[in-house]
Amino acid sequence: MKILVCITHVPDTTSRIAFVENNTKFDNTNVQYIIGPYEDYAISKAVDMKTSDNAHVTVLNVGGSETEPVLRRALAIGADEAVRINATPVDSYYVARQIAGYIKEQSYDLVLMGRESIDFNGGIVHAMVGEILGIPAFSPVMQLEIKGDVAEMTREIEGGKEYFQAKLPFIAGCQEPIAEWKIPNMRGIMTARTKPFKVIEAIDSELRSVNRNFELPPEKGDIQYVDPDDVEKLYDLLKNEAKVF
Amino acid sequence: MPILVFLEKEGNNIRKSSLEAISYACAIAGKSQSTVTGVVLGDMDEGETSNAGLYGCDKIIHLSDPGFNQPVISLYAEALNTVMDKESSEFFITAQSALADPIAAKIAIKQNASIATNVTDLPDMGEEFALKRSIYSGKAYENIVLTSAKKVISIKKNSAGLIENEKAVKVEVSDLKPNPDKLDVQITGKDKSTGKILLPEADIVVSAGRGLKGPDNWSMVETLAEELGAAIGCSKPVSDAGWRPHHEHVGQTGIKVAPNLYIAIGISGAIQHLAGVSSSKVIVVINNDPEAPFFNNAEYGIVGDAFKVIPKLIDVIRKNK
Repeated sequence: MKILVCITHVPDTTSRIAFVENNTKFDNTNVQYIIGPYEDYAISKAVDMKTSDNAHVTVLNVGGSETEPVLRRALAIGADEAVRINATPVDSYYVARQIAGYIKEQSYDLVLMGRESIDFNGGIVHAMVGEILGIPAFSPVMQLEIKGDVAEMTREIEGGKEYFQAKLPFIAGCQEPIAEWKIPNMRGIMTARTKPFKVIEAIDSELRSVNRNFELPPEKGDIQYVDPDDVEKLYDLLKNEAKVF
Repeated sequence: MPILVFLEKEGNNIRKSSLEAISYACAIAGKSQSTVTGVVLGDMDEGETSNAGLYGCDKIIHLSDPGFNQPVISLYAEALNTVMDKESSEFFITAQSALADPIAAKIAIKQNASIATNVTDLPDMGEEFALKRSIYSGKAYENIVLTSAKKVISIKKNSAGLIENEKAVKVEVSDLKPNPDKLDVQITGKDKSTGKILLPEADIVVSAGRGLKGPDNWSMVETLAEELGAAIGCSKPVSDAGWRPHHEHVGQTGIKVAPNLYIAIGISGAIQHLAGVSSSKVIVVINNDPEAPFFNNAEYGIVGDAFKVIPKLIDVIRKNK
């Protein structure tokens, strides 16, 4: 089974979010970049499937050369080869076009992504790639098991879960608890250096959105403490000051 | 050219978030001299039509074929796309959900439309069509310009607001059937709490963490939630430990909420949890550790023992009813 895992290159979840150049660029001073937490699930699932389904795993990122360390990390976790599409990931549509263009040239039985990137939170690349290629896409998938040419899956919906089956090939946007996160070991890090690593050029695609600028939410005011013996006061503040009920 | 709004149901009722989408669409319609057409698929309670009208829906197209009773992304997307073509709509607007966002993405591809999800504010419709959307899990916003003629917009829950704007709704029942060639999935079951307020849609959320010490101590949280008409949430360690189901996990990798009131009980406020609640309008933190970082991100706080404070709070709420 051939699996493609598409990963994002995003600021660590604890990063301070700030912008520079008149709020037009992300301030990456002292920012650590990681594989998006949802794609950590996707890559971990794919590596599990090397054992359970004899999978061969390719990991892909659409990004500049600065994203290579996260691709190397995915190789260290256990992916067999890496591909970087040399392009700036401008918006969801552009990224979906690049990924779909690549998949069309190859053939994969299964494509795993994260449910959404944790920087731009679009959450639609999987569905767009599926629509462009005419293959199903499901998200957020929290369980996946292959049985012959059918996969049994669980998807999270508002207030619960949906159980379903689909035929391969398809795309799944992953979230917990689809697999246990894997951490690269020393052997993985060593072998990652010699695994195939391809850089391919982007295909032409129109842009359908343009970023104007960024802004930060207004700062929170100071907290008001209420005495634990005066819970009535909290109720009063919520009702008459905050007016939430 | 009407603005099309996908009206998602919970049971046979239109979701509150979809009514918010109607309000949002109405504001755009007001600026562009167009009308708002809601589309409902599958069975619907009769009173729902006037409910949609209350928020400014001019017309409802009801795809009443029973084949739509089970929501399937591919079938819904195909049908909604057909309606969009027929109505020559340039806008497809929906409230964000696990069903609606993939549908929106598919329609954007089918229609060669620009798309924006996680949208928090009305568009700036000057020379350019610009939108504000939430990014970095609520820690920032992005202003983007949608450049295609057609636009698909998915609104973040609890950000558009419900604005009454009563209209007499015309209902058009359509016999459009699901296209069996597009069925790409077999849904085998659902495991869903019914009759409860959906966490992502709730106006009030009561959330608890490891400070509650064990799953058996949740009954006071449930009582508080019931008294407030709130949904229940939890922190990641709590859902990881299996004390509560994953669909209650609020945070960076869980559900992101934006209620009017978020009450955090025994949750320290790790940055990953804050990422899921930062869009809340008012946050109350109850924790016995005065150093809990959550206190730095809240409007009101009580440093105290949740097992004493919560029963008192329940009493006060009951007394004031």
